[in-house]
This record gives sequence, C-alpha cells and structure tokens, in this order.
Amino acid sequence: MKKLINRPESVLADSLRGLAAAHPELRVDLERRVVYRAEPKAAGKVGLVSGGGTGHEPLHGGYVGPGMLDAAVAGEVFTSPTPDQIAAALGAVGTGAGVLQIVKNYTGDVMNFEMAAELAAAESGVEVETVIVADDVAVEDSTFTAGRRGVGTTVLLEKIVGAAAEEGQDLASVAGLARRVVNNGRSMGLALTSSTVPAAGKPTFQLEEGEIEVGIGIHGEPGRERRPIAPASELARLLVDPVLADLDFTAGPVIALLNGMGATPLIELHLMYGEVAALLDAAGVQVARRLVGNYITSLDMAGCSLTLLRVDDELLRLWDAPVVTPGLRWGA
Amino acid sequence: MGAATLNSLVAWLHGFAALVAANRDHLTELDSAIGDADHGSNLDRGMTAVVAALDAQPATDTADLFKRTGMALISNVGGASGPLFGTFFLRLGGALGASSSVSSLELASALRAGVSGVTVRGKAELGDKTMLDVLVPALDAWDAAPDPGDVAGAARAAAEAAAAARDATAPLVAHKGRASYLGERSAGHLDPGAASTALLFRALAEALEAPGAAEQ
Repeated sequence: MKKLINRPESVLADSLRGLAAAHPELRVDLERRVVYRAEPKAAGKVGLVSGGGTGHEPLHGGYVGPGMLDAAVAGEVFTSPTPDQIAAALGAVGTGAGVLQIVKNYTGDVMNFEMAAELAAAESGVEVETVIVADDVAVEDSTFTAGRRGVGTTVLLEKIVGAAAEEGQDLASVAGLARRVVNNGRSMGLALTSSTVPAAGKPTFQLEEGEIEVGIGIHGEPGRERRPIAPASELARLLVDPVLADLDFTAGPVIALLNGMGATPLIELHLMYGEVAALLDAAGVQVARRLVGNYITSLDMAGCSLTLLRVDDELLRLWDAPVVTPGLRWGA
Repeated sequence: MGAATLNSLVAWLHGFAALVAANRDHLTELDSAIGDADHGSNLDRGMTAVVAALDAQPATDTADLFKRTGMALISNVGGASGPLFGTFFLRLGGALGASSSVSSLELASALRAGVSGVTVRGKAELGDKTMLDVLVPALDAWDAAPDPGDVAGAARAAAEAAAAARDATAPLVAHKGRASYLGERSAGHLDPGAASTALLFRALAEALEAPGAAEQ
C-alpha cells in the first residue's frame, strides 16, 4: 500500500482537518466528525443531513453548502457513522422545520441512521424523515438480499432536494420529492481495479490483468460478474443496457451522471461518456443535463458508473438552481 | 457449578478485546473476501474503547457493565457491527439487571435476550450467513449442556458449538449485509461476523473457566 497518509488509524481525522483548512466556508466538528456550513441556512427551513463511510469523496462533505446539504456525517473509511454522530448533526441543523436524512441502502448505514433518528427525536425533539437511496441495478431487488445499494442517484438527489429545501419547501414535500428522485434514478458500475482500504493495507479483491468486475458498489465489494476487459464501446453497453432494461428512460428528459470511481482519469471518463451518449441517443433517451467526473468515488478504485434520472420541468428547475459547495458549484 | 461473578464477566470483555485484537487482520481478511474489508479494524476499535471505558471507571454491577459496553460499541464501531454487537450487550445488561453475580440459567436467558435484540436490529434469519448463525446454536448448546447449571461447563459447550457453527457458515449463500451482493459467490467463505461471534463465546468460556471465576 502506497498512500499519502500518516497512520491508517488517523486517516479520517487527518483528512477532516485538511478539509477544514481548505474550505473556510465549512465548519468541521472534528470531535463528532460532522461537516457543517460555516454560515447556517436561515432558520425555519428544512435541514438536510447525509453521511456514510469516508472514501467516497466528494460525497458527502463536499456537498455541504448553499443549495445542497446542511451537514454531512463522516464514518470511518467505508464504515457508516455512529448514531451519536448522526444525532448530533440532526439536532444541530433542525431549526423547527424538521430534517430529512439521506441514507444509502447499506445494512450498517440503515441501522445507524435509524437509531440516530430515534435518538435525535428523544434528545432534541427534532422531526426526522428518512429517504433511502437504492438505485443500483446490479443487485437483484429481492427479499433474499439487503436490497439494492444506494449509489450515484444520491448525488443527484442531494442537489435537487437541496434546492427545494433552500427555497423553503416543507418537510413533507422535500421528503416526497426525495422519494420521487429515488424512484426515478438507476445506476450501474464497473471496476478495473479494486480499492485499497488503508486499515486493511491491501486491495479488497484481486483482479487479474485483463479482468474487470461488473456491477460493483462503492466499497469495492465485488459485483455481478467478472469478465475480460473490452474496448470502451463494449464496456459502455455493460452500463447502459442494464439501466435501460430496468426502467423506461425514453418518455421524457433525463439527467446523466458518468461518475469516476477515484482512479480513472478524465480523459477516460470523457471517452466513456462519448460512448454512453451515443448509446443513449440510439436508444431514444433524451439527455437534458449531464455530469462527468469523480462525484461518488471508491478511494483509489479505477472504473466508472452510470446514473440516469428521469426528470420533469420541476426537477430540472431545481437541478439548475444555484449551488455553492466544494464538489458542485454553479449559478451563484 | 455456581454463578459467574461480576469480575469474571469483566474478564470476559477483556478477553474478547484481546482475541479481537489478535484476530483483527484475520477478521478483516474474511471481510475482504465477501464484504468491505473493515470488520476486524472496526470491532478492534470498539473493544479498545470498551476496555478503556472500563479501566477508567470500573463497573459497579452487571447492568452498568453491559450498558456501558453496548454504548461504547454503538458509538465507536459504526457499520453494521456497531448496532448489532451494541444492541446485544445493551439487551444482555437489561435482562441481567444490577447484579454482582449471575447464575448459569440467568446468564443463558440474558444472552437469549441479547440474541433477540440482534434479530430485531438486523432483521436476519437463521441461515442468512450472519452472526445469528453462531449465536443461536451456541445458546442451544448452553441449554443442552450435561449440567446447564454449571456456568463454566455450559459456556465451554457453547464455545465449542460456536466454533462449529462458524465453520458451518462457509457453504451458505449470504442474504444480509454486504456479502449478500455477492450472491452465490459468497459460498465457500466464512462469515466475518460469525467468526467474531465465535471469539465472543471462546472468551466467555475462558473467563468462566479461570480459577475463582465462579462462586460456589
């Protein structure tokens, strides 16, 4: 393992200290490991809290700021935060209008956020709604698994719902909007290499030279199948086909996210987007907005994922609304 | 014969912490195969916090001991293991109440309360390839021990059943947690939660077999 770290045990603390130094517009609670806006949103507006394991940067700390999240709770690398951390964030951003917590569908995240909502209600009386993102088509949505993982749709959801909260929509409508986004978003990813968790010190899984893993989540947990590497035009099909097979994306406009897993350069991501865009065009999918880059990563994993979200005029309006965060910034 | 003393239960937690530390890399390796490579480091961080809390302020009774253990795990581990192991100890302490010694039958019934907490929190069933696949057979063995009133003997029977149950998780297909995403490919690997749960019972048996652990 060769990484820019001090000690595997202090990666999270050291990284948060650096984030605070790099972004004076954020306030980082180093003890609770929560990233807040330095200047909180006006009171009386719905608070938005998200979080999860560290290692998916810029998710979630990089999406704190006007137009997006109020707080992001950081767990250890690839490990969900604990209930007391999350409850602290829920209490801090709850200003009377309630808080929506955005949770990705992983067993540990779901359990810790569930306990946190109970804790926050008991401790600070804040009303908490929860939305669980479960958009990964690589996972069979059956009662025999933990269900679909929450992946790329999380980024789009945090932006859209962030705009709605910013303009003063109430908790019920913000939560309803969040569920609408979840129901209309689908993702699929692939890996060229495994990531290396600092505490483990070696790659989570081994891929032979010339092998790829199709259907990965964002923790390097292995996916649907392993197959030989192929030209990008063929790999693009492995992403586009299962997403289109799962939901009809031809009825209206969509937002497309071609996301890098952390170690794939933009030259390859743009190249892949070109292939994906051509396939979507051929399939009759009308892409209204697009985002290409590292938005929900998996440490140093090479690979990418595709997320498509069906939108309407309202969702597009909220998408285009101003946002000022380290990870997304436009219109302001 | 006899009852487990508060000191022997404190020794259990110290012993479990030591076993987790010694097996930290092994647990993480098991988790790399079918999960996300953090089980050993997470549980080690949690048990280190438990030991630090107990060293800083000795437990006054069993309710205090296990409540603080559960809370330390919940607020230091994260992931799925924090709520699951944490809930286990919170329920265990709740069922035992504020005692200074515990009979074998009381301990078995409190451990059952812990298991039902894990079941509710994790929503897993037997055969899903989780820690539950070790907890349940271990307690069945406790009840079926030749003398279920002999706390050290019953704990030894439970520890042996736990080790066998851990090994029996290997061929199963995971239905819960990150391993479930592997589907059929999860078969052939030990479940990391089952492995750490087997250590929990091994530590209990060792603590209760130590001289002076049980009151006559």
